[in-house]
Formats: sequence, structure tokens, C-alpha cells
Amino acid sequence: MGKLNNCMIKAFCNPPVHIAKRDTLVWWKAWGIRTISVLLALVVCGIITIALTGINPINLYVTMFEGAVGTPRLVWNLLQNTAILLCVSLAVTPAFKMRFWNIGAEGQILIGGLATAVCMIFLGGKIPSALLILISFVASIVAGAIWGVFPAYFKTRFNSNETLFTLMMNYIAIQLVAYFTLEWSVPKGSGTPRTLEYGQLPMLFSQKYLINILIVVLLTVIMYIYLKYSKHGYEISVVGESENTAKYIGINVKEVVLRTMLISGAICGIAGFLLVAGTDHSLKSDTSGGRGFTAIMVSWLAKFNPIFMVLTSLLIVFLEKGASKISEVYRLNSSFSDIITGIIIFFIIGAEFFVNYAIKISKKEKEANV
Amino acid sequence: MKKLFSFLLAAVMLVASVSMLTACGGEKADADFKIGFIFLHDENSTYDKNFLDAAEAATKELGLSADQVIFKTNVPEGNECYESAADLADQGCDIVFANSFGHEPYMLKAAKEFPEVEFCHATGTTAHTEKVANFHNAFASIYEGRYLAGIAAGMKLNEMIEAGKITADQAKMGYVGAYTYAEVISGYTSFYLGAKSVCPSVTMEVQFTGSWYDEALEKEAATKLLSNNCVLISQHADSMGAPTACENAGVPNVSYNGSTQSACPNTFIVSSRIDWAPYFKYIINAVKNDEEIVYDWCEGFEAGSVALTDVNEAVAAAGTKEAIEEAKAKLIAGEIHVFDTNNFTVEGKKLDSYLADVDTDADYQKDTEAIKDGYFHESEYRSAPYFDIQIDGITLLNSMF
Repeated sequence: MGKLNNCMIKAFCNPPVHIAKRDTLVWWKAWGIRTISVLLALVVCGIITIALTGINPINLYVTMFEGAVGTPRLVWNLLQNTAILLCVSLAVTPAFKMRFWNIGAEGQILIGGLATAVCMIFLGGKIPSALLILISFVASIVAGAIWGVFPAYFKTRFNSNETLFTLMMNYIAIQLVAYFTLEWSVPKGSGTPRTLEYGQLPMLFSQKYLINILIVVLLTVIMYIYLKYSKHGYEISVVGESENTAKYIGINVKEVVLRTMLISGAICGIAGFLLVAGTDHSLKSDTSGGRGFTAIMVSWLAKFNPIFMVLTSLLIVFLEKGASKISEVYRLNSSFSDIITGIIIFFIIGAEFFVNYAIKISKKEKEANV
Repeated sequence: MKKLFSFLLAAVMLVASVSMLTACGGEKADADFKIGFIFLHDENSTYDKNFLDAAEAATKELGLSADQVIFKTNVPEGNECYESAADLADQGCDIVFANSFGHEPYMLKAAKEFPEVEFCHATGTTAHTEKVANFHNAFASIYEGRYLAGIAAGMKLNEMIEAGKITADQAKMGYVGAYTYAEVISGYTSFYLGAKSVCPSVTMEVQFTGSWYDEALEKEAATKLLSNNCVLISQHADSMGAPTACENAGVPNVSYNGSTQSACPNTFIVSSRIDWAPYFKYIINAVKNDEEIVYDWCEGFEAGSVALTDVNEAVAAAGTKEAIEEAKAKLIAGEIHVFDTNNFTVEGKKLDSYLADVDTDADYQKDTEAIKDGYFHESEYRSAPYFDIQIDGITLLNSMF
């Protein structure tokens, strides 16, 4: 009995495999792991598709592609949705890099959208369109920044929990927007938002979404430079790594937190502006469409690198568009396409584990015991 | 052998071409025709399921093949709707249909961009004022259906009174509504007037949820009404929230959008619904025959657009079916009118004049006199309901403007 116990303890202390942190992998190995995981995901999805529906998985993937990039219109739509998601991801990134859990992007977007809608309703038709666009742009930035800096102030002043605080601020924003949606709805009381005629972003080269996309491209470059090369960016990383180190080397942590959340909220405000003035031309409490939360995944997947975020946001939107095409073509409930996208995302996130950690087979017990 | 083969081939081709000719009858090439549908949710919402079933039935009946009919489900009321409509036009659809009120501005935008495609929108209000040639609204005179459902409710109340379960004064119904605006107000008022036509002492409380689809809120609203001693519940919102709450509490429910009997066998009485299949057949045939689609389409019992499900005999009062049939015949004949001004009062007074907001505008301008010949003319000046009067006997517990 004692012997058996001994064996169990040994097996527990010296399992046949163990996990070890890798040194930084060379780029091709890392991307190799990622590619393999995507291929594996496709295989698993294929098996599940055949088992559940009997549809040929190759056709399914072709359908996904068609749904995302099948026509020029769909490509533009894909790019515009990617741009908005990327914009929100850029917004949350500095906060997350600072280890400030801003899960209030949803609310910050909506408040930015609300500020835009207020300008469009009350100034629409009274001032020139270009001026109106400029005013709503600034208003959305200010509104988003205030919504973002509020929890940061309480964090720095009273050390309140920013996760709960930013989350709760979402609900306030959602209810505010819901209130004004009803207030402004046409016909009265229908809950259907009025179309905002004035102050819509114009077309550029007869493309509806080009301005949206260009604004976000510009933001991406600025954010990349800001995080990587500016003093502010450096301070953000230091505060994120260790607040005490930051204090020790003389960084004013409170100032960095406040400043970073101002920026984070402001960019969310821009996303709200782009949604209201650029695409929807109306405002509802679901205008943000959960992007404030999806963006967290985009940002983490890209390891807070704005350039990689272009890829990760594109991936998420691509899967989303492809999935809805699957329900359309095969008349399947959207839950099925959700399962498929869920599996793919699971594998992609899983790949990061294998990029960061190696699974090693333990050496023989004797040697290990020596 | 070769000769035989070519003879057979020729014969087959001849038969095929003849049958194709007879099928086409010289109309637009049938095989090229395509119709696309945009739905707000999927079959889990009673509202959307009602549309989905009708679309399946109508396209099947007209012999359209699977690749001639495209369904897009879960399309939100935002720019996504415009993109979906434009994508359906890109895919070669001759008709694009959308089923939710909030889809309207985006459908209109797409209609202006694709003048050769017909855009049809259920429950909307602006086609008759916008006058964009390929943009159309449709509804049904569902208030008449609700009136009949109200009769079933009133008879159930009478049964409870006769059985001594409640007194005549306790005949209070509860109603879960989405928003405080014409479509819902018209619906609950006609339901109430139906009940009142057989049970004069009936009163009603209305609780609004501020959402078309929120199962938790609808259940909560129904539970609140039950705790206020409402003895029968009906609803105008799209989830199973209210019917489920009734089934759990064992209180009779008059449903909407379709039968909820399978989930609520012990409380379901009857349900009124709009059957959209006649409209779908109408627009498909119109496009195939190169005929114009009216701006604003509204039909009722005769076209089969307003329908009642089978009465659940296990719950309904005896004679409910007969009473419904009788009232239906009278409505069709024009002998009775749902909003007869003799049957309701507003602040204790009979109404002889009411300006309704028929032409939708951001200033909510009231524009059309709706009371004539002793009754409110609902769904005549436009298809979507515009009866938005608060009548006596109905108490609003909250409002969601």
C-alpha cells in the first residue's frame, strides 16, 4: 500500500509530460504553429459539419469565402466592419497594455454615438454640413473621453475596481441611449430611431465607407507609433509591467492612468461617431453591436500590436460574415455557424499557448531523481 | 442504336420544351425569378417564425425552387439591413422583402439605389408619402383578428364569472405590450373591445416592455400583471415570455403571431396572426406578370391575411368557436366595426372626431380625420395601424414612448 502511494506521488511529481515556457520562437516556427492550428480547426469543423448536417465541408468553406469577399460590395462591407472593430480595438489597447481593464468600450462607443446624434439632430440643417461633421467629431471624442476618464479618476483617487466600474458605466450609457432612442423615435413611441439626415459622412471617390476606413488606417499608424516610439507609450508599458517600478523610476502613475483612459475613451468616441455619422445614420442601444467586448479579444490576440490587430480584426469580421452566409445558403440556424466560428477562434487562441509554451516529455525517472 | 438514342433524345427535348412553355405561359422566365427575404431574428422568435413559415408556404405553392428563394435571418435594424438588401439585389433578386419596422429607412435607401428591384417592407409607414416607385409597404387589418381573439377572452371571463370564480367586477385582463405607439395601442384596444362586446364589465391593465423581443422582460411584465389579479393575459411582443408565465401560473392566455399550444397546452385559448402568404403570393405574381405592386397593401379575413388559430377547446369557454365565426361574418359584411364610437368612451365622452398621424414625420403632425360614419377607420388611409387613442377601461401601468 505504502509502495503504491509512493508510486503515485512520484508520478505526480514527475509526470510523463510537463509544460515549459519557451524562449521567443523564431517567426517562422510561431507562424507554423498558427497555420497548423488553423488547418486543424478546419478539420475539426469539417468533421462536426459532416456529423451534424451532412454538408460537404469544402463547400461550406467556399461559402464562407463567398459570404465575406464574394462581390466588391461584400469586400467593402468587410473592410468597413473591420475598420470599426479595429478602431475599438485600438481604443482599448493602451488601457490593456497598462493593465487597466477597460471593459467599458461598449458604453464609451455609445456615448460617442449619442454626442454625434445630438449634434446631428439639433444642429442639422442649421449649419453647413462640413462644420456639423467637424463639431460632431469633436463632440464624440470629448464624450467618449469623459466616459473613459471617469472610472480612471475613481481608480486613481479611491483605488476603485476599474473592471466593475467600466462595466457598470456601460449600462448607464446603454440606458441613456435607449431613453433618447425612444424620445426621438419616429413614429412616436415606436422605439425605432429616426434617420439622421444631416451631417452624414460624405462619399469619397463614390465609395460610402472609404472615409471611415481611412480614418481608422490613420489611427492605426498613430497608435502604433504612439505605443512603440513615444515616451507616453513607454510609460504605459512600464506601468503595465510593474506599477512599483514605474513609481521607482519617477513615472507619475496616476497621470499616466488618467491620460491613457482619456485616449482610450476618446478613440471609442470616434468609433461611435463613425457608426452614427458614417454608416448607420441612426442611433440605437445596439448600434455598437458588442464590438466593445469583441475588441478585447482582437487586442489580446494581437498582443497589443496595432499592426497585428488589423489581421485579427479582419479575421473576426471575416468569420462573422462567412458564418452568416452559411446560414443563408444552407438555411441553418445561426447557432450552427456560431459553433463553427467558435471552434476556429478556440484553435487560434489555443495556438498561442503552443507558441509560448513547449510540452516536453519528461526524462526517465532515474535521471530525473539524480 | 444511335438512331434510337437520338430519337429518344429529341422526344425528351420536345416534351421538356412543351412542358416548360406551358409552365411559363409566356410570362417572365420563371427560372430566372428570385426573391430575397430579410428577417430580424430567426425561427426562435414567434414574430419571425410567422414570416418564415409564410414565406416557405407561399414560395412552395408557387413552385419556386430552393435557389430562387434566399433567406437572411438575424439582420439588425441598422446599416446591416441596407447591406443585406443590396447584397440580395446583387444576387439577382427581383424582390427583396424585409419584415421588421426598423428596417424601413435602410430598405428605402436600397430601393433608391436599385430601381429595377422591388423592395417590399412589412409594417412600415412611409411608402405612401415617399412615393418611390419600387418601394412598398404592407400590413393586414389585424385589429379585426384581435377583436375576435378578444371575444374568446371575454367568453372565458364570462365562464369564470358564471362558475363563481370571480365576480363581474374582478374581470380584469392583463396585456403585455412592446411600445406605447399606434401599432400596439390599436392591437390592445381592439382586443379589449372584443372582450367587452361579450363581457361588458371587463377592464384591462397594460404593461409595456420597451422591446419587441425580450423574453425575461415579457415574463416579468406578465408576472406583474398576474400579481395585480389579472385573470387572463394577452400580449403583443414576440417571445414566449408571457405565454410561459401564464402556463406556469395556470392563467388563460390569448396569444399572438401563432399557436403557442404545444408549449402551453393548459392555458392557451386562441391566437390571432397575420398570414403573410397571401401578400407574398401577390408580390411574386405581380412581378412575374409585370404588374404594378401597390404602395400600401392591406387585406383582412377575405384574402386570408388575418387568421385565427384553432381554438383550444380544453381551455376556451363553450361556444367560443361559434361566437368567433359569427362576429367574423358580421365584420366581413360590415355590420359591425371594431372601433365603433358607440362602444367606447374617452374620458367619459363619446368621440366624434379624431385627427390621426397617418403621414409619418419627425414632428408627429396629426393630419387625417379618421372618424367617419360612426367609427374609426383603421388601416384604410395607410396599411400600418394609426389608432392611438387611450380609451376608458384600459389602464396603462407604464408607458414606453
